[in-house]
Amino acid sequence: MRGVPLHQSSTMKISWFVIRSNSLRLSFRIDRRVPLVLLLLLIMTLIVMVISVGYGEYPIPHLDVVKTVLGLQSSNSDYVFVIHTLRLPRVIIAFMVGTALAIAGTLLQGLTRNPLAAPEIVGVEAGAGLAAVALIVLFPSIPILFLPIAAFAGAAIAALLVYGLAWEQGSAPIRLILVGVGVGAIASAFTTLMITFGNIYDVSQALVWLAGSVYGRNWEHVQALLPWLVVFIPASLLLARELNTLNLGDQVARSLGSSVEWQRALLLITCVALSGASVATAGTIGFVGLMAPHLARQLVGNAHEGLIPTAALVGGLIVALADLLGRSLFAPIEIPCGVITAVVGAPYFLYLLYRNRNT
Amino acid sequence: MPQSQAQLHQPSVSPKRSRSLRLLGLIVGILLLALCFVVSITLGAAEITPNTVWQSLVAFDGSTNHLIITTVRLPRALIALSVGAALAVAGSLMQGLTQNALADPGILGISAGAALAVVASTFMFGSLSVQSYTWIAFAGGAIAAIAVYLLGSVGRRGITPLKLILAGAVLSYLMAALTTGILILSQRTLDDIRFWLAGSVAGRDLNNLVQVFPYILIGLVLAFSLGKQITALTLGEDVAKGLGLRTGWVKAIAAIVVVLLAGSAVSLAGPIGFIGLIVPHIVRFWVGADYRWLLPYAAIWGAMLLSLTDLAARLVIKPQELPVGIMTALIGAPFFIYLARSKVKQ
Repeated sequence: MRGVPLHQSSTMKISWFVIRSNSLRLSFRIDRRVPLVLLLLLIMTLIVMVISVGYGEYPIPHLDVVKTVLGLQSSNSDYVFVIHTLRLPRVIIAFMVGTALAIAGTLLQGLTRNPLAAPEIVGVEAGAGLAAVALIVLFPSIPILFLPIAAFAGAAIAALLVYGLAWEQGSAPIRLILVGVGVGAIASAFTTLMITFGNIYDVSQALVWLAGSVYGRNWEHVQALLPWLVVFIPASLLLARELNTLNLGDQVARSLGSSVEWQRALLLITCVALSGASVATAGTIGFVGLMAPHLARQLVGNAHEGLIPTAALVGGLIVALADLLGRSLFAPIEIPCGVITAVVGAPYFLYLLYRNRNT
Repeated sequence: MPQSQAQLHQPSVSPKRSRSLRLLGLIVGILLLALCFVVSITLGAAEITPNTVWQSLVAFDGSTNHLIITTVRLPRALIALSVGAALAVAGSLMQGLTQNALADPGILGISAGAALAVVASTFMFGSLSVQSYTWIAFAGGAIAAIAVYLLGSVGRRGITPLKLILAGAVLSYLMAALTTGILILSQRTLDDIRFWLAGSVAGRDLNNLVQVFPYILIGLVLAFSLGKQITALTLGEDVAKGLGLRTGWVKAIAAIVVVLLAGSAVSLAGPIGFIGLIVPHIVRFWVGADYRWLLPYAAIWGAMLLSLTDLAARLVIKPQELPVGIMTALIGAPFFIYLARSKVKQ
């Protein structure tokens, strides 16, 4: 990280918070809108979570939800069981997964300089999905702790393949996307293979999982996912500055002293880790990584230091909301939240495609 | 990305082969195809001698081997031929229409649309007749094709490969998500349809083919008669207009033919990808970019490729077999990547 400040053009009337440390080589420059937006998003997310925990076959009043979660009321043991064992881990997983996917999408869009890139389009999610389905179908007895590792490996292999195959005197963004579509197709072919030949019970499990669902997730899943987020979310924030530089174009970035390919590789690893871990936990929940960064950009603008946390919260909110909708729309049948996000997200993607029609 | 789109469709660097050489190639192709056909009837899980195969066709005696030939292998081989030809011609037309070397019914979402339509109607109305399957697949494929084309061509710069492929990929994703949603709601539909969904030419009887074949035939004939116009179109919209072509009509008819062919193929065999992508590129080596020749060549080589892939699919893990759609994806997707690498320069 070299200290070349990017000058804000005087036409934009945005003021910034700048956080710099002289001892550490760190500097953050955050749009003044960011703290307020983050606060509002956090409040909205908490509201959705409380509603979601309260909703279900055994409804719980919202106030009791809050009290029970905070430990103020433990007299009603039914509440404690339903909330702590059944519903809370699920809601938390939904939020965490959304956060991870949103950050992965933000990084990928910055990386490819293409507003239409998303982990599900460039084959990273398909790779993770293949690895996880293979594990479910071929070794049904393996504990879920290994699922994130397998999915990470799958995502990493897919990403490496895409990155390597798109390489030709550097990695051009358009080739990355097209090659990603191809690698995704190979991975889905193998996934279909597993689905066709697996035992029908395992296959049903795998399908529900593939469709992107947080059904039946418990604290074990939270524990498996948490380390990945704890390591890679701060990493993504540290890389935000480099992403801003990369966005100016390879040549400008290079002349500003950025080692372009190296930065791109680091960003790709972070992106893969986050999407792999979330795919492992909740399957392929599509289009969150696509929608969240765009919505966040409209809220706080383009600078990645503010964009990444905002997108993360937006993503968490989207998945939590999708899960709530999936549970309530056709109750008692449950629609996986991945289907909901795809039904909402794909049209949104097409709208973006339309809006970017002249680029 | 402005330069890339011009370069993605390679201009006609056609090998200038004489008419007689092209005709010779066509005849050799037909002979090879006949050979493939015979081999694909002869080889399989049960060992049957070529002589028995011949006997079963000319002097059917009702023995097990004869029954295997006439009720299992013959329909299967014929379906592989028809589906392969239909997909390859549909792919060639799409590549010509969209000026895009990466076009294919699978990649651009037509197969996924047809599949979603079939799954949704199986879910709602239970098992359906082949005839209604076919029409439903047409409808689904047509809607998806129109949507992808419109979305890929919005904007000042018209149709660009990236927009088209992204639109196709995302619509496929959406339709696959909806398909999965339906299959989760109903395990019965899942069990009925999962082998079909993977793309397979097995387990269809001759009756299925007989009902769908007319559409394929009409599609092929129409496609072959459009050869000259499509060649003109690939020279660019303006040139084509200058040559006196009513481009709107040609495009509309060609699009209908694509849907007819791809829809028939999907309703017969489920979504089989990448045949339509690979074959046009293979035959271009021999005939160049002249669609009058390219289309018949594509039909023959498409039929051959799918027959051979199907043969491989049932021989690799004999006596079990792979759905052929998985085999074509495993061969075709690397080819797609190769094309994306070599045709997209930046």
